[in-house]
Amino acid sequence: MAQIGSFALLLALGLSAYSFGAGLLALFGRDAASARLGETARRAGIAAFGAVVLASFVLVSAAFADDFSIAYIYHHSNRDLPAAYKFAVLWSGQEGSLLFWSLLLAGYGFVLRLRYKTDQRLFAYASVIIASVQVFFLLILTFAAHPFAIEQGGIPADGTGLNPLLQYPEMVIHPPMLYLGYVGFTIPFAFALGALIMHYPGEKWIHITRRWTMVTWCFLTVGIFLGAHWAYAVLGWGGYWGWDPVENASLMPWLTGTAFLHSVIMQEKRGMLKVWNMVLIFATFLLAMLGTFLTRSGIISSVHAFAQSSIGTWFIVFIALTTAVCAYFLVKNLSNLKSEHKLESLVSRESSFLFNNLLLLVVCFTVLWGTFFPILSEWVQGHKVTVGPPFFNRVAVPVALLLMLLTAVGPLLAWRKTSVESLKRNFLYPAIGAIAVGLMMILFGVKPWEDPSYFYAVVAAILAALVIFTVVSEFVRGGRVIAGKSGQNIFAAMLQLCRRNTRRYGGYIVHFGVALVIIGILGQPFNKEVEKEMAFGDKINIGPYTLVCQSYTQDDNPNYANEWAIINVFRGGKQITTMYPERRFYKASGQPQTLPRIYPSFREDLFLVHDLYLVYEGKNETNGRPIIKAHMNPLVPWIWIGLIIMVFGTIVALVPNYVPVTVAAAVPVRETAHAGAGD
Amino acid sequence: MKRFPKANGSECGAGAPARERQISKEFLAKNGSRLASRRLVQALILTAAVFLFVGAGPSTDARFKDLGHRMMCTCGCGQVLLECNHVGCQSSDKMRDKLMAAIEKGDNDDLILQGFVQEYGPTVIAAPTTTGFNRVAWIMPFVALAAGIIFVTWLVRAWKNRPEPALADGITIPQGHELDQFRAQARKETEQ
Repeated sequence: MAQIGSFALLLALGLSAYSFGAGLLALFGRDAASARLGETARRAGIAAFGAVVLASFVLVSAAFADDFSIAYIYHHSNRDLPAAYKFAVLWSGQEGSLLFWSLLLAGYGFVLRLRYKTDQRLFAYASVIIASVQVFFLLILTFAAHPFAIEQGGIPADGTGLNPLLQYPEMVIHPPMLYLGYVGFTIPFAFALGALIMHYPGEKWIHITRRWTMVTWCFLTVGIFLGAHWAYAVLGWGGYWGWDPVENASLMPWLTGTAFLHSVIMQEKRGMLKVWNMVLIFATFLLAMLGTFLTRSGIISSVHAFAQSSIGTWFIVFIALTTAVCAYFLVKNLSNLKSEHKLESLVSRESSFLFNNLLLLVVCFTVLWGTFFPILSEWVQGHKVTVGPPFFNRVAVPVALLLMLLTAVGPLLAWRKTSVESLKRNFLYPAIGAIAVGLMMILFGVKPWEDPSYFYAVVAAILAALVIFTVVSEFVRGGRVIAGKSGQNIFAAMLQLCRRNTRRYGGYIVHFGVALVIIGILGQPFNKEVEKEMAFGDKINIGPYTLVCQSYTQDDNPNYANEWAIINVFRGGKQITTMYPERRFYKASGQPQTLPRIYPSFREDLFLVHDLYLVYEGKNETNGRPIIKAHMNPLVPWIWIGLIIMVFGTIVALVPNYVPVTVAAAVPVRETAHAGAGD
Repeated sequence: MKRFPKANGSECGAGAPARERQISKEFLAKNGSRLASRRLVQALILTAAVFLFVGAGPSTDARFKDLGHRMMCTCGCGQVLLECNHVGCQSSDKMRDKLMAAIEKGDNDDLILQGFVQEYGPTVIAAPTTTGFNRVAWIMPFVALAAGIIFVTWLVRAWKNRPEPALADGITIPQGHELDQFRAQARKETEQ
């Protein structure tokens, strides 16, 4: 098996190298021979996809066949690992995840090369650039992180197993989503660089890549949120975002990608920000590579330390080389990227996009700065410092709140110029509603003057409400105009409004989702927790709940041994559920793992929903009693609902606009009466 | 700063001239109630401040929670001290006990943090301090924000003052009143 896999990798490398080399040569000529050479390069790229699929298939098959002669399988699987996790072995370690990167890139390249007729020359450039990235990954796979390396010293009887943290259903989908996002940004990057090199006129490359970019952004968003949910549901500390360097690494390209999605609208609509858009998409791709590098180099300590090695140097060289190429062509072709229009007013949609980009970039810079400051500190001071959550919360949160304000105000501004009257007209009611939300919070006992975190919570609530009210007001205002004209009811009119400009209203839905996510996050300062050793019948009181320990027990299966507590949950004197916080001990890896249990209070609370979150912390070894930590995390479920709405909004934005079709109808003409009357 | 005459001070005492005394009496008659209410407000603020700062100091639990979130667990989990839930973690329990003991002993926050730095090294503090080179960590994001705002504002102004791009012959871009008329017409046609 290992030989087939190695051969497939070598074949993929050869085909990709040919696709790159021949494709590059073909770009220099415009004769028939060059066209034929270009066609062979395109087909080689397609064939490379087949070879990478074969290599990936072999690796997964080896996991299912328990082929521990392959070192990667030995270190990341074991005989009793459930089938779903054997499939996930592909991305659970260094070599496998690099192969998975390569597979996704080959897949994207495959689709792109099949659709080459849209614009053959531009697609040829993009194909060559994608092939160059592919060659880089296949080189690493072949020479530095070979997934089919043979385990030395004979074939072991069983593997050392998959990291227990990864044995959770979300881990089967979180990495692929994240990788689809990371890798996907290669496509708009390739088109942008190709368009820049070939002096591509107009904004067509943006139209071509618009959907690619949105889909990629959506994957990255889902990947990041699934990671947050995984941390929440598996790590058992009651939180979902720890500002870990690898989390930060996924956030940075998301921030620049979000900025790009906004600023390309300016290029499409007004022919502006051409240089800036190039810089943004280059930065997004490079940050995605930086993220991959951070996960693997081990230069920064992280909880994602499962994949550290010496391949960091490869990435540094690649990132430096790509940066140099991008900078060279950008400077060389600056004259082709001149803006076509001027800006008319500071109070305009254009300005709001500029400031939106600025704030997103400042948050990105803050995250980058905070992530790398420990290294800088070591260089300058001779010792590392920790840059953890207190830093990011204090620095990034205020800027993020400003961004929320802009998210609320931006859509209300018109292109070119907005009059104060129109701003007042559109903004008044949402602003009153948002301030009312803030006052209600204070009335319900939140005292923003008592603690900075309460202050941020109130401000965030006001801004989130402002975003929601402005989005709703935009829908209602547009819906009323259509309803007035067509006689439809307001909801049908709003649906039609949405269908007429899916991108705009899909974007608003995404903003709505973001506001819900913010609402979910702002509950954090009000979290409660209680820890107690529980005998039979012991109680914990937390918030409106009384938790009663009914029993505690243990079990055993081939993969792990576990112990858990059975906790009855009462609210208002009535039992509402039973929860089973658990602790596992994985036999193959010899590692323990807690599995919290979460009860979201949707049935009891409609808007002020919260999670009851129980963790089996361990047990008292002398009497065997479990130690249970109970958290009550207000509003957290809104984060996941917000994500669903963001995805829905992106899907809406991807749908083509509905264009009413006018059909010429036959009109009976009276033959004689007016013949020639018009002449 | 306006200086008020003292009610029983040297300026209106026995040795003061009669006219000054007269002024002082008139002043007191006019402003006495205002002075009294001002004093009352001052007294109330002072009392509130005393209660606020003396009576409402952070509790042991609040300090434990605050300080515990300003330090990292040293077991290598990369988590904030009070959030480390590593099964069987040897570091966090010990550190928590030490923190609670220091708080109960009455040490101030700085002293407690210093003690932890001495024992576990500077990486135990969850965020850079605000001294020396570490200050740069805090300053840079805000410098970037300020520089960005200045740059974008300058850019907007520069773009505003940029001449209109040349158009094909015979096409003119409506300006001022003419542009407003077009806008009004467009609004009328699309909204009504």
